[in-house]
Amino acid sequence: MMPELGKYADAVLSSYGISIALLLVLVIASVHRARRVRRELDEVEQRIRRNG
Amino acid sequence: MIALLIRDMKLGTRAGGGFGLGLAFFLIVVVLVPFGVGPETGRLSLIAPGILWLGALLACLLSLDRIFALDWEDGSLDLLATSPLPMEAAVSVKALAHWLTTGLPLVLAAPVLGVLLSLPAAGYAPLVLSLLLGTPALSVIGTFGAALTVGLKRGGLLLSLLVLPLYVPTLIFGAEVARRGAEGMDNTTPMLMLAGITCGTIALLPFASAAVLRVNLR
Amino acid sequence: MASIWQYANPKKFIDTTDRFLPWLSALALICLVVGLVWGFFFTPEDYRQGSTVKIIYLHVPSALMAINAWLMMLVASLIWIVRRHHVSALAARAAAPIGAMMTVIALVTGAIWGQPMWGTWWAWDPRLTSFLILFLFYLGYMALWAAIENDDTAADLTSVLCLVGSVFALLSRYAVNFWNQGLHQGASLSLDKEENVADVFYHPLLVSIAGFVLLFIALVFLRTQTEIRARRMRALLARERLQ
Repeated sequence: MMPELGKYADAVLSSYGISIALLLVLVIASVHRARRVRRELDEVEQRIRRNG
Repeated sequence: MIALLIRDMKLGTRAGGGFGLGLAFFLIVVVLVPFGVGPETGRLSLIAPGILWLGALLACLLSLDRIFALDWEDGSLDLLATSPLPMEAAVSVKALAHWLTTGLPLVLAAPVLGVLLSLPAAGYAPLVLSLLLGTPALSVIGTFGAALTVGLKRGGLLLSLLVLPLYVPTLIFGAEVARRGAEGMDNTTPMLMLAGITCGTIALLPFASAAVLRVNLR
Repeated sequence: MASIWQYANPKKFIDTTDRFLPWLSALALICLVVGLVWGFFFTPEDYRQGSTVKIIYLHVPSALMAINAWLMMLVASLIWIVRRHHVSALAARAAAPIGAMMTVIALVTGAIWGQPMWGTWWAWDPRLTSFLILFLFYLGYMALWAAIENDDTAADLTSVLCLVGSVFALLSRYAVNFWNQGLHQGASLSLDKEENVADVFYHPLLVSIAGFVLLFIALVFLRTQTEIRARRMRALLARERLQ
C-alpha cells in the first residue's frame, strides 16, 4: 500500500533512502568496530593473564 | 617581551623566514583571478573586494605554521615556557610579530593589487581600513591554530582545516565592509562588528592559545 | 550515596551502559520505525508542498541532533577540562562522527527538498551556510583527534578546540545571518503552540525526534565503550612491550 506521492515521489523516496542508508552505515560501522575492539581486548587480556 | 618581539621580527624578515612569500602569494592569487573569471572590467571590479580579502586571508594562512615551528624544533619554545614571561604574553607577542611581518605588508600591498582588479575609486579607503582592522584577528586566530598543531609532523594541512572555519566571521564582515565601501553604501555596522571580533579575539584567544601550548609542551 | 560522577569510572560506565544498551537500542528502533512509517504512510500532503512535506520527519530531527551533538560535546569537553574524567573526553570523541553524519543527513535531505521547492539544490541561505560551517567544525575536530597520538594531549587540545569552536560557530551563525537574508522558513518547532506546524504533522515528527535522540544516546554509549576498550588495549600493549 504505497501512498500516492505525486510528482515529488523521487524527492521523497530518495531522501528517505539516502538518510536511512547513512544511518545504517553509521550504526553498522559503530557496531562492527565495537565488536572488533572488544574481541581484541579480550585476546590481549587473556594473553597477559596466561603469561602472568 | 620587546626583546622577543624584535627577535621574532628579525627571524621573520630574514631570508627563509617567509616574509616575501606571503606577499608573493597574494600577488599570484590576484593575478590568477582574471585568468579564471575573464578580463571584463565590470565583473572584476564587482568581485575585487572579496578577492582581495580572500587573497590576504590565504596568504596569512600560508605563513601560520612558521609561528611556532622553528622555535619548537630548536627548543627555544621550552625556554620561553620556563621563562618568567607568562605564556599568554609570549603568545600575544608571537601573534603581534606575525601580524607585523605578514598582515601589515598585505594591508599595504592591497591597494596596489586593487588597481589590477580595477577596484572602484571609492573602494580603496574602506578596503585598507577593513584589512587593517581584520588582519590582526587573522593573526591571533592563526596563532591559536598554530599552537594546536605545533608538535605534529605534518600539521600544515590540519592547521588549515582547523583555522579556516574560525576565519569565517572575520572574512564575512571584512569583505562586507570592503564591498559596501566599494559600492558606496553605508558600512558602519559591519565595520563595528569587525572591530568587535578583532578586539574580542585579541583579548580572549591568547588564553586559549597559551593553555593549548602548555599542553603541547607537557 | 549515588552520584552521577560514579559513572566516570570506566568499568562502572561500561557495566551500566551494557545493561541499558539493548533497551535503548530497541526503543530507538521502535520510535524511528513508528515515527518514519507514520510520517511516510499515514500523513496527508501539505497543500503547498505536496508530498515533499514527508521529508520533514528526517530533516528536522537530524538537524536538531546535529546541533545537540555539538552541545553535548561542549558539555563533555567542559567536564573533562574541569574534572578530568576520561570517560567524558571519550564520550565527546565518540559523539563527533555521529554529529557529523547528522549534519550530512540534514544537508542532503534539505537539498533534495529544496530542489523542487526553491528550484535549487543549494542556496547560500543563512541556515544552510551555518550547517555547512558546522560540518567543517566537525571535520576539524575529528581530524585533530585522529592526528595526536597521546590520548591525554588529544583530549585537552580537542576540548579547547570545541570551546573556541563553539564561540566561533555562534559568531558565524550571526555573521551569516547578517551576510544574507534567507529563504529558509523559521523554526518549525517551538514551545509556542501558535507557531507550530499542524498537529497531523506534529505528532509523528515528535516520535521521529524521540527516535533520533534515543539512537544518538545509544550510539554514544556504544562508541564510548569502544573508545574505553581501545584505550585500555593500547595501555596493556604498551605495558607488555615494556616488560
